[in-house]
Amino acid sequence: MSFLEIRDVHKHYGNVEVLRGINLNVEEHQVVCLIGPSGCGKSTLLRCVNGLEAISAGEIRMEGDRITGPGVDLDRLRREVGIVFQSFNLFPHMTVLQNVTLAPVQVLKMPKAEAEARAMELLRRIGLEHKAGEYPDRLSGGQQQRVAIVRALAMEPKLMLLDEITSALDPELVSEVLNLLRQLAAEGMTMMLATHEMGFAKEVASKVCFLHQGVVHEEGPPEQIFGNPQKERTQAFLSSIIEAGRL
Amino acid sequence: MNKVNPQQGRSSAPSIPKDATPLALVALVVSALVVVGAWAVLWKLHGVLEQNKLEHWWVNALLTLAALLPLLLLLPAVRGLREAGQARAALLRHELIEARVKAAAAREWAWYAIGYAVAASLVFVAIQFLLANDGAVGATFFKLSLIQDSFGLVLQAFWKNVWMFCVAEVFILIWGLVIAVARMIPGRAGSPIRFLATVYTDAFRGLPTIISIYLIALGLPLANVPFVRDWPPEWLAILALTVSYGAYVAEVYRAGLDSIHPSQWSAARSLGLSFSQTLRFVIIPQAVRRIIPPLLNDFIALQKDTALVNVVGVIDGFNQAKIIASNRFNLSAVTTVAILFMLITIPQTRFVDRLLEREKRRTRA
Repeated sequence: MSFLEIRDVHKHYGNVEVLRGINLNVEEHQVVCLIGPSGCGKSTLLRCVNGLEAISAGEIRMEGDRITGPGVDLDRLRREVGIVFQSFNLFPHMTVLQNVTLAPVQVLKMPKAEAEARAMELLRRIGLEHKAGEYPDRLSGGQQQRVAIVRALAMEPKLMLLDEITSALDPELVSEVLNLLRQLAAEGMTMMLATHEMGFAKEVASKVCFLHQGVVHEEGPPEQIFGNPQKERTQAFLSSIIEAGRL
Repeated sequence: MNKVNPQQGRSSAPSIPKDATPLALVALVVSALVVVGAWAVLWKLHGVLEQNKLEHWWVNALLTLAALLPLLLLLPAVRGLREAGQARAALLRHELIEARVKAAAAREWAWYAIGYAVAASLVFVAIQFLLANDGAVGATFFKLSLIQDSFGLVLQAFWKNVWMFCVAEVFILIWGLVIAVARMIPGRAGSPIRFLATVYTDAFRGLPTIISIYLIALGLPLANVPFVRDWPPEWLAILALTVSYGAYVAEVYRAGLDSIHPSQWSAARSLGLSFSQTLRFVIIPQAVRRIIPPLLNDFIALQKDTALVNVVGVIDGFNQAKIIASNRFNLSAVTTVAILFMLITIPQTRFVDRLLEREKRRTRA
């Protein structure tokens, strides 16, 4: 039994079928990178895993427990599965510290002092403890995204979903975010990330999945996918990435 | 100066300016007419004041000053004419650029004179209107002695308006939010609630406030509705205003809640916050900031509509003024209450304008 099992998952919006039978296993402490062209269903898949989108058919299991379909306590699931978005989505009316402590205090019912102490500890780790009292619009994109990651980490999730979290960043700010992910990977955090950072995927991924037209077209260890892709589509996608100088 | 042959083409020389003299002449004539009209009106005002034995030395001094002021209109008009003359002279010397500059200045002075002349003539027409029927119009609205006598009484009654809108605003803020949230309860189970809330907002936004007040504040005691029937009419009127304006404010809230980007919902829900926690901690605090200007606009309308409660016999500022007006056959007390309403609302509308301006700057940046 894998930590996360995605079985024949379909998702459609009206007549548009975005996911057409995804099958994927994630083991504990693995870093799984989803790559593929825009619109191939990477983001939708991540949003389905923590219940932000309801799937149309199939099932997803985490630690053997079904987490899709009727009767699932989504609020509980989301305490264990954190997600970070491309556009940061910090709460603009709250300070950095309030952003990080909101969920632990309101959802986990943690005492405020304890939540703040832990939040400060996390902020110190990313070198932003001096920004604790600032509002998000006073932070750079990279700083905001690191705070968003820390906000998700404050819930101590078992699984982190990262949805193209560097795509909205200026190039010079990408590395500070990727460094944080490297740390998390080294500490054994289980992660699924949709990404266009092929170099990063090559470096940290335990497994790379190439999604095409709503299915996992090819999967394997990074050396295989990037070094010796088997399928024609994967080769075409990677060669256009190389042409663009991104790998 | 550059001497240029006007026969040359545009590529090598400035174009020949149009003569500004006709416009300057028009400006002068208009200004002169306004001056004469102003003197006629002031002469009449002098007569009315004399009749009413209001002739003090300072009144005459003010009148004289008012008579001298319109003469200022002639200054830009004359200046325009002079510049137009200089433009013509420059044109004769073939100094096209100078001619163009002078003509432009002449036109600007002429329009300057015309603009002020039109504004001044409107003011004097208004004075003329107040002086109609030997000052009867003015006395009906602005009888100083009556305004002085009734001011205390009207002001005291006006406090009832202030008290009513303050109380009503508190209730409306709460009630409007309840309705707005009811309209966005999710899921199939929430659909009857959503439907009822929609019917309510449609009904009371479609109903004139004065009819709501009439039906609620007169109808509930008439129908002997328990508990409510013993309320004083002021409280029934507040109830009616709350029910009526709650529908408008609910729409304002709803627009504000809708304007928060869905990604904020995603972010909050993905952290494990429930629907109501997301509303309370994430969506409503952001929405409230955005809706303050439209909310204040609705409150200004509400403040003015407190004058409608006179239909159910509440002695508010307007009703008190009406009583005085019918006793004295003169509307000056109503003018007093009108001015009181304006004193309260104008600063608020200015404040709303400033908030909107700031919001616009912020979102543009």
